[in-house]
Amino acid sequence: MKEKNKILNYAQDLGALIALILLVIGISCVSPEFRTWNNFLSLLRQSSINGLIAFGMTCVILTDAIDLSVGSVLALSTALCAGMIVNGVPVGLAMLLALVIGVLLGCVSGVLVTKGRLQPFIATLITMTVYRGLTMIFTNGKPISNLGDSFTLKVVGKGNFYHIPIPVILLLLIFIGFYILLQKTTFGRAIYATGSNAKCAKLAGINIHKTKIIAYAISGFMAALSGLILLSRLGSAQPTLGDGYELDAIAAVALGGTSMSGGRGKIYGTLVGVLIIAVLNNGLNILGVSSYYQDVIKGLVILVAVLSDRKR
Amino acid sequence: MQIEMRGIDKAFGTNQVLKDAGFVLGDGEVHALMGENGAGKSTLMKILTGVYTKDAGTVIVDGKEVHYKNPQEAEKDGIVFIHQELNVLFDLTVEENLFMGKEIKGKFGLCDSKAMKKKAEEALNRLGVSISPSETMSNLSVGQQQMIEICKALMVDAKVIIMDEPTAALTQSETAVLFEVIEGLRKSGVSIVYISHRMEEIFELCDRISVLRDGTYVGTKNIPDTNMNEIVKMMIGREIGERYPSRDCEIKEEVLAVEGLTKTGVFENVSFSVRAGEVLGVSGLMGAGRTEIMQAIFGNLPYESGKVKIEGKEVQIKSPMQAMKQGIGFITEDRKTEGLMLEESIQKNIALANLGKVSDKNIFLKKKKEEDLVSKAIEELHIKCFGPDHECNNLSGGNQQKVVFAKWIYTDPKILILDEPTRGVDIGAKKEIYTIINKLAANGVAIIMVSSELPEVLGMSDRIMVVREGLVRGIISKEEANQENVMTLATGGTI
Repeated sequence: MKEKNKILNYAQDLGALIALILLVIGISCVSPEFRTWNNFLSLLRQSSINGLIAFGMTCVILTDAIDLSVGSVLALSTALCAGMIVNGVPVGLAMLLALVIGVLLGCVSGVLVTKGRLQPFIATLITMTVYRGLTMIFTNGKPISNLGDSFTLKVVGKGNFYHIPIPVILLLLIFIGFYILLQKTTFGRAIYATGSNAKCAKLAGINIHKTKIIAYAISGFMAALSGLILLSRLGSAQPTLGDGYELDAIAAVALGGTSMSGGRGKIYGTLVGVLIIAVLNNGLNILGVSSYYQDVIKGLVILVAVLSDRKR
Repeated sequence: MQIEMRGIDKAFGTNQVLKDAGFVLGDGEVHALMGENGAGKSTLMKILTGVYTKDAGTVIVDGKEVHYKNPQEAEKDGIVFIHQELNVLFDLTVEENLFMGKEIKGKFGLCDSKAMKKKAEEALNRLGVSISPSETMSNLSVGQQQMIEICKALMVDAKVIIMDEPTAALTQSETAVLFEVIEGLRKSGVSIVYISHRMEEIFELCDRISVLRDGTYVGTKNIPDTNMNEIVKMMIGREIGERYPSRDCEIKEEVLAVEGLTKTGVFENVSFSVRAGEVLGVSGLMGAGRTEIMQAIFGNLPYESGKVKIEGKEVQIKSPMQAMKQGIGFITEDRKTEGLMLEESIQKNIALANLGKVSDKNIFLKKKKEEDLVSKAIEELHIKCFGPDHECNNLSGGNQQKVVFAKWIYTDPKILILDEPTRGVDIGAKKEIYTIINKLAANGVAIIMVSSELPEVLGMSDRIMVVREGLVRGIISKEEANQENVMTLATGGTI
């Protein structure tokens, strides 16, 4: 029975991957444009933004919480970064500060959830709204551009390393980092334990407040990092940047089989979920499917994925 | 109503749960159904009430063969099953719970609140309990909630009420009320099927006992003609020997001293001490503040004043983490909500309290260390499982409890607090747990054992502390303690 369970688990794990592969093969068959190396690379690059956010989101969801504020964190940290650059702060330092700001913004959500005892959904709904408002105030509702042509800023989003886009490399490295964090460290165990049974975790000596706050901090960091990639690619900070990104990230986490009530899920699943969404976006665009239909199709794919996961 | 179940078979997949099971229930009798966990008692009752369908066998109710397809059909014939996990909606009122799905409709098909309230009051009065129909369910104690369930059964004119572990979460006084109610039901001709692990209760309350073992009917005895040893033997198929294995170990220096611990309204001026190698039993009614005192010592509940000293030094413990650093372990009352991550493997559960031990500088997990620790635990504590990956959900109560023990034993505690260590655990596993406790004591661990089972406290403790309404009413040595004086202290008397 144990062996059977293991095989079943692997099959479940592989299910999403198989779906991804079938999707790629299917679209490749009908579209020659899709199956080019260049398109493949740009698909991966497009997926990196959602991917990085979704990794952070996975941590938060595993602790039995949610982070709706990621899109707003992305916008606010990016706007502040652009503002600093325009005002003469060295680009590298401004980018570093943007990441720190992301962490702090994430921590605020974490503190509201733990010390403030707000439901995660409500707490991050609040921070989402407030951060977006602050972004609007800071930018006066207008894009901040004229960021100069600093190499540091450009390389993050537009650079290549042996023909592989830097964002893709970042995505892979950070994926490995998250895998180690969640599977190989005591902190990873604390995250799973907090989501699985918070009372039990607390009584076993785990600081569940700290665990949750760090999870939110990670989520904020990842949002800010993907903001920098966007800033680099767009060359300006839009106040509406990242609007709705939380939904794509949550969709990727759900597609990857992570339980929305925490305690169960793998970062590898999230990566596959991110890629499925990216392939759908890219493929359907290339096939010329109207964006209205794209949303319906994406929704249905998530439905199928979540339903098949429930049979477990 | 008479019920006869004969030759019942039931398998879930390849797992044969019942094989030639059955029993005969007479008119107006209280009939105990006994057997170890997994013996098939609940399954048999679920077949009777149409929750499951049987693979083979016959069910005869008042001379007629029946095939209930769902609990509603059984209910129509007057057979009601009150499950161990009470089926109540906590956010609704008593009245709403009582009439769930059977609301009295008035004009325009709207609910007639007045009529329902009146009928509810009548039914509650008939049971002799004073609960307001407009009270919210979550404000009631577990005992009161149980009364509502019984009331619900009476409102559909139940002739047979099946109760699964009804006293598991009740205080002694609530149990007494329940017994009175059952007595009343018996007199009015209602038959009761009483599933429980508590021998003393069964011998006090029931007329006959039927025993199941490994899904098979073993036999039925009249209470006056039998004794506990015979029943235990029928249940496990062998002699179990002493229920409480004896312990012969040296009691050494004082390890924990609590002085004047106070949290107003919960517990006040609590002072006691425990020595290495000693088992201090903590007795008292449920709600007396025993668990809260232990939670406070473990840093999970803030207190206002008082001192906790470990090995003579005063310590400040503000969280479970700090308590663990001081060498305290805590096996909580409710393993399902506090003790275990039910959906996780045995390995992850045991490792949780030992993360420092199975990792490198408390950062990176060491797979080998973790696996070694867990296999050692499975072997030493005889945890019956397929291996370290076995999900705790699928373990029996006794084995789940052993996993909780393993989790704490390997933190090498100096002081181990056990809160209801054998609740919901069958007789065989109970004895294994007592053996583990004895072994720990022999290794010099100071043990505090909170338990609502008086025989267990008397059988296992070196000294017994009795708590009533948040106050320590007395600490009695093993030699002096007996059922009477402990109960007297627990219920407010003096000795």
